[in-house]
Amino acid sequence: MSRPVQYNNTIKFEGIPEGYMGEGFMATNFEKVVSLARKNSIWPMPFATSCCGIEFMATAASHYDIARFGAERMSFSPRQCDLLMVMGTISKKMGPVLRQVYLQMAEPRWVMSVGACASSGGIFDTYSVLQGIDQVIPVDVYVPGCPPRPEAYIDGFMKIQELVNAEGLRRRHSDQYKELLASYGIQ
Amino acid sequence: MDNTFVKEKLTAKFGDALTNWEEPYGMLTFTAPAELNLKVMQFLYDDEELRFQFLTDLQAVHYPLQKGEELAVVYHLHNLNANVRIRFKVFVPIEKPDVYSATALYQSANFMERETYDFFGVNFVGHPNLIRILNVDEMDYFPMRKEFPLEDQTRIDKDDEMFGR
Repeated sequence: MSRPVQYNNTIKFEGIPEGYMGEGFMATNFEKVVSLARKNSIWPMPFATSCCGIEFMATAASHYDIARFGAERMSFSPRQCDLLMVMGTISKKMGPVLRQVYLQMAEPRWVMSVGACASSGGIFDTYSVLQGIDQVIPVDVYVPGCPPRPEAYIDGFMKIQELVNAEGLRRRHSDQYKELLASYGIQ
Repeated sequence: MDNTFVKEKLTAKFGDALTNWEEPYGMLTFTAPAELNLKVMQFLYDDEELRFQFLTDLQAVHYPLQKGEELAVVYHLHNLNANVRIRFKVFVPIEKPDVYSATALYQSANFMERETYDFFGVNFVGHPNLIRILNVDEMDYFPMRKEFPLEDQTRIDKDDEMFGR
């Protein structure tokens, strides 16, 4: 008799939020349930411009699967995505285009700036490269690297998940958020 | 058809106007005055034996130390039938960098001249749409000229000693 094979026995399960359970019902905090649902089904939009986009393709492939974290459907339309992942060098001429894509996203939306070029211009400190996308749109998580390893992409994605979990339902209507958008010139 | 044949035909037609004949790496190179650039290209295009009917490249070079002839516009032509390449240069001063546009003769010169204008400021007379092609439209300087610094001068967050200034 061969030893029984055990695969995948270290899977981490998401906990149920605490609440009051009864026969066939459970009463809990609405925010917790919504946050749980949101954070485990983030649909990213890959705004892949250069080399970091290739690393993203590697992250999305089977070896470093990002679909495990809920990012199964990469939407290429900003209207249907939650997370805008900006991966690659953004030139000054591309800045307004990126802003337009961000404006087309529906709330709640998050932005992840992947790689050195998107975060700060990277090694390209020249007349044509935008020195960081936070000059045109507000960014939530920066993933440094040139390019970052797929594990770093996953780490950034998990940080976005933590942000989504902790956010709450009323943040997008708050004054602070409106002020943040106004500082970028977005209504 | 080789370089001496091309050179003889050109000197037969244009004489002393074409100067500075050389052959770096086997490609015949000469300099033409700025007013004659279209005539030279038209001759190379139409002539039955020469037939340089493919414009491979159109670029500019900035020589800041050659006063009066700072901007060189370089044309690379190719004869597809006999596989012969030729290069010729046109020098213009930087105060008035006017060169006749080759768009009427070669369609590919359209974008190449826009790029040359964008980066060096060479004004192509007769171009249908001479505006910036690769840079932001509001840019008011020409980046590839050697007068302008590579880095953005308005940055305040890079400190000098870490970046070797």
